[in-house]
Amino acid sequence: MDILKIFTLALGEMLSPTTITFVLCALGLAVHFGFTGLLNFGQAAFAAVGAYGMVISIDTLKLPLFLAVLMGILCAVIFALILGIPTLRLRADYLAIVTIATAEVFRYFMTTIGFSDVTGGSNGLSQFGSEFWALNPIPEGNYNFGFATYRADQLYVLMVGWGAVIIGALILRLLMRSPWGRVLKGIREDEDAVRSLGKNVFFYKLQALIIGGVFASVGGMIFVLNLSNVQPQVWTTNFTFTIWSVLLLGGAATILGPIAGGMIFIALISVTQGLMSGLVELGLLPFLTQPDIAQIRLLLIGLSLMLLVIFRPQGLFGNKKETQFNG
Amino acid sequence: MANSESLSVDQICIGEIAPGCRKVDPILIADGVKRQFGGLTAVDVAHVEIPRGLITALIGPNGAGKTTFFNLLTGFDKPNQGNWSFEGQKLAGLSPYKVARLGMIRTFQLTKALSLLTVIENMRLGAQKQPGESFLTALIRPLWIRREKQITDVADTLLKRFKLDAKREDYAASLSGGQRKLLEMARALMSEPKLIMLDEPMAGVNPALTQSLLDHIKDLKSNGTTVLFVEHDMHMVRHISDWVIVMAEGKVVAEGPPSTVMKNQAVIDAYLGAHHDTDLGTMAKPVASRSTKKDDK
Repeated sequence: MDILKIFTLALGEMLSPTTITFVLCALGLAVHFGFTGLLNFGQAAFAAVGAYGMVISIDTLKLPLFLAVLMGILCAVIFALILGIPTLRLRADYLAIVTIATAEVFRYFMTTIGFSDVTGGSNGLSQFGSEFWALNPIPEGNYNFGFATYRADQLYVLMVGWGAVIIGALILRLLMRSPWGRVLKGIREDEDAVRSLGKNVFFYKLQALIIGGVFASVGGMIFVLNLSNVQPQVWTTNFTFTIWSVLLLGGAATILGPIAGGMIFIALISVTQGLMSGLVELGLLPFLTQPDIAQIRLLLIGLSLMLLVIFRPQGLFGNKKETQFNG
Repeated sequence: MANSESLSVDQICIGEIAPGCRKVDPILIADGVKRQFGGLTAVDVAHVEIPRGLITALIGPNGAGKTTFFNLLTGFDKPNQGNWSFEGQKLAGLSPYKVARLGMIRTFQLTKALSLLTVIENMRLGAQKQPGESFLTALIRPLWIRREKQITDVADTLLKRFKLDAKREDYAASLSGGQRKLLEMARALMSEPKLIMLDEPMAGVNPALTQSLLDHIKDLKSNGTTVLFVEHDMHMVRHISDWVIVMAEGKVVAEGPPSTVMKNQAVIDAYLGAHHDTDLGTMAKPVASRSTKKDDK
């Protein structure tokens, strides 16, 4: 078992496009849940809507990449409106029910054979990446960073992805420190009080849902651009719950939290996989076989998340003061 | 009575004092407001007018419909029928935030301090017309920072007046119940309301704070704000209100200046029950014997 290799692998995973996707989705969820108190259990669908919106715009509508990305964002906005307008006037739990159901509906919709001309059905779509890769400004070759070596195209995705994360985080920071963000936090605490102070609570909740959804849609687009294919089976409820784990790990009402939370979560998965697989190889875990590891490891991560939520409910980067008063 | 500076009755009310009587200068007029929960009629107010610039108390026994009436007037609940207007503007069917923007701000019986916001942030949230509260301007700090400073100054002045300035940076959750009541009232004042509606401002407040709360409410009046409040504490009602409206079983049963309204037979009946003169001594005996049985065990 090569400990150093396990950790360098984890370090590489921390920066991977998958991490970028989780981080962007978790930032969006932070707007929904952490700052506004909206229970969105369909974040995977927002990512999927963004991804499919962009891919179909390129594949079927033959739009240039730039416009296709805007289409992806627009689709997420429309999706948020469809979800939000009927439910945001109701109690928080209704949004939770509707989002989780709609996310599944959307996934099945994309799998349906009847629309496979456009959506690619269960096989998904893969012929859309050429313009994205053509825009790569980094010269061909391998780039060594000590812990990992990247090809030019890999480096390109990371640059675009982390660029999006940084820009997104800065925008969120500006928003959450503004009076606008203050209204959102007020709504999280007590929406009737905010209403009584003359704020249009419904409109703010709708805005929050849209903005968080747009973050997820960008995450979804980066995910499919990196793989050069989009498949419906990626956007399951599992995807949503992973994002929730990332958010709660980092701290729901923070901006740094979802970013660091995403990196730590991915690193944990990678390290536990490496360590346990190494231990099994050495015969130190005689009751386990290699295929068991994937399951056991998730179980352990689930357990540690439970402990985290119990003993550190504000997350790793949350403000401790904010959870001192629960009564 | 304590209200030496208060107006005489005919400066407030036109004609004879009676439930639903007309006022010289009403700020709020409600007509035929009715709210039913299933078979129960919680509110059934035929006509009531709230005089401008004065402190009006809305009293009545538990279940009289005072809070429901408040909720209806401020748009937090929808009536089955009825109309009401604030400064001549019809309010029926308006959402709560629009009512608040017109200058009619309410507080709640169960205090709604925004716990995980600091005291000063609570206050800032109360201010109206903030450019930084719209999404696009929020992104550009120079567009809203001046207004932010303005409202922070107003907030600091109010906090000082309500003796909350030491708590400025604390989370509202760390305040005591009475301080939260003060914060809620101060926050409501951030928008410079024309009419402030206080739902049981004294409930759960430490007696030491009561006097300062009373003074704050009197200050509101001297600053030209109309006050309408729901209260159970008769001492407070007598002490600060210029006008009292009594509700019972959803209806306005009496009105008048505090000194006379308390002597009104309808009020005494509503509060104490129509049979309050009957001797209750006969009822006390079985209770006493039950408790002695317990002691025997």
